[in-house]
Amino acid sequence: MSSQEAWIREPLVLGDKSYHDISNDIARPIEGKANKQWWIAFTIAVIAMLWGLGCIMYTIGVGIGTWGLNNTVQWAWDITNFVWWVGIGHAGTLISAVLLLFRQKWRMAINRSAEAMTIFAVICAALFPGIHMGRIWMAYWVLPLPNAFGSLWINFNSPLLWDVFAIGTYFSVSLVFWYIGLIPDFATIRDRAARASKPIRVAIYGIMSFGWSGNARAWHRFEEISLVLAGLATPLVLSVHTIVSMDFATSVIPGWHTTIFPPYFVAGAIFSGFAMVLTLMLVMRKVVNLEEYITINHIELMNKIIMLTGSIVGVAYITELFMSWYSGVEYEQYAFINRATGPYWWAYAAMMTCNVVSPQLFWSKKLRRNITFTFILSIFVNIGMWFERFVIIVTSLHRDYLPSSWSMFYPSWVDIGIFVGTLGIFFTFFLLYARTFPVLPIAEVKSILKSTGSQYKK
Amino acid sequence: MSTKEIHGLFGDEEVLLTSAKKLVSKGVHVKDVFSPFPIHGIDPVIGVPPTRLHIAGFIYGIVGLCLSLFMMWFTLIMDWPMNIGGKPNFSLLENLPAFVPIAFEMTVFCAAHGMAVTYLIRNTTYPGKKNWNPDLRTTDDKFLIQINLDENSVSGEEIEAILKETGAEEITQK
Repeated sequence: MSSQEAWIREPLVLGDKSYHDISNDIARPIEGKANKQWWIAFTIAVIAMLWGLGCIMYTIGVGIGTWGLNNTVQWAWDITNFVWWVGIGHAGTLISAVLLLFRQKWRMAINRSAEAMTIFAVICAALFPGIHMGRIWMAYWVLPLPNAFGSLWINFNSPLLWDVFAIGTYFSVSLVFWYIGLIPDFATIRDRAARASKPIRVAIYGIMSFGWSGNARAWHRFEEISLVLAGLATPLVLSVHTIVSMDFATSVIPGWHTTIFPPYFVAGAIFSGFAMVLTLMLVMRKVVNLEEYITINHIELMNKIIMLTGSIVGVAYITELFMSWYSGVEYEQYAFINRATGPYWWAYAAMMTCNVVSPQLFWSKKLRRNITFTFILSIFVNIGMWFERFVIIVTSLHRDYLPSSWSMFYPSWVDIGIFVGTLGIFFTFFLLYARTFPVLPIAEVKSILKSTGSQYKK
Repeated sequence: MSTKEIHGLFGDEEVLLTSAKKLVSKGVHVKDVFSPFPIHGIDPVIGVPPTRLHIAGFIYGIVGLCLSLFMMWFTLIMDWPMNIGGKPNFSLLENLPAFVPIAFEMTVFCAAHGMAVTYLIRNTTYPGKKNWNPDLRTTDDKFLIQINLDENSVSGEEIEAILKETGAEEITQK
């Protein structure tokens, strides 16, 4: 039975919708034709993707020397981009798993697209360690096979290998979680197509829906598996970025060797993930007319999470500074003084402004509910979080123990090309997804209609 | 097919629920219910047994944990011990802290995928399977009660009367 919700809570579905209206609204972008703006965006994304793929080919053909790396800064944009994309990939499973366990009904409007974003972001992320291997055709060496088929095995003590398992598990489990939620909605699209006599669409969505029929036993299992997968995915989300942070934290480089990294990285990942969700959702709700499902209330709730995680990140930055001073280790202290006042001060300043100062503006309710402001701020956070990873990686490396080997990092056109290329891959996938997949979970929105729909709240 | 079925179509899940309760109280056996989203409270009424999917998931998880520990013990302790940063390489227990992340990931991996596969098999859903919902509107906004007459001692007319009385929008016999 639909549980009655307190009237003081704002409705999550506006516009007095019926069940049929929900199916119509969400199926419309799939059944209709793409508009001009979509084609323009898609063309730009595909060009960026092709450019990026070209740069990747060039890297594989010629070698890592095409990047701006040098002996001192041997990790730079590639790992920055890797961590940035993995971080973005954290919001999807957080929204679908953690918010499911907390029974947050507002997750229904955004979980499908956030999970899609997760999957595309993890694809972009996984690309970077792959091409950084140099010889990508040897990538299978990360699997537990005897090295070069002799007797020496891969090193299970290494955080870099933990990463392989963490990212692999995260990607595949997110994909399965996402797809299990999609099956009933594909069935809705399939049956709508059958009623409108569209044989090709029936065939395609018939295969994608696995013959889902919506019988009571299947729904019973559906609810069970959603809950248990959420329970499994919640520690998984936390573990993935924890392990990514251990790539740095288990080393002995000043600036990396800190115990605060796991919680700090996880908070940062959620922070950047929500920013990217907002960037995409604010555009999408307008383009596919879903303002009645992704309401100002949803935007405000996401902004509150941005404010919270942004504050956690801010506390982590300040704790790092304090601990470097308190440790009494000169190298540690120098790493942080150099970070803030050295040649990369501008990157540090960008990071501090975008990540620490700007989310604090969300204490104002007016700004939290302002769409234009939220959009601009979400872009700020995306940029700030990219700079955070750049600051952590490059400023810790560029001045090591030996002043004669101090150096700077300058990205080559290939570095830039590959980064732009991953943005292209991400948006190409996302735009295709928005045209062919139900961007909101149809079944789940229907299930919360009676408790949160505007007509039931009058 | 000679089996005769009665389908009662409803426009609201709560109306269907009261109808199903009434039918069951009169001794009618409901074969299945089709709906566009889960109807809470329908399972005990029509006799859907609680699923054991979570138990299966737990077993898959334990299997994953054991497999990963065996893999790491065999490769790094038993087959070819390596001295990596002075970490103990002669016993699983002492090297365990470094093995926790992968053991955890493999547990989640096996539990999640094993459960997903079991779920699809139990639901008999797979690519290429034809859907069997009797009315296509049940994935949109209609809710359907399916009653098999051969399984019931109550007559078709009586069932139709109950369905009509409890608010079914359409009643069809096949």
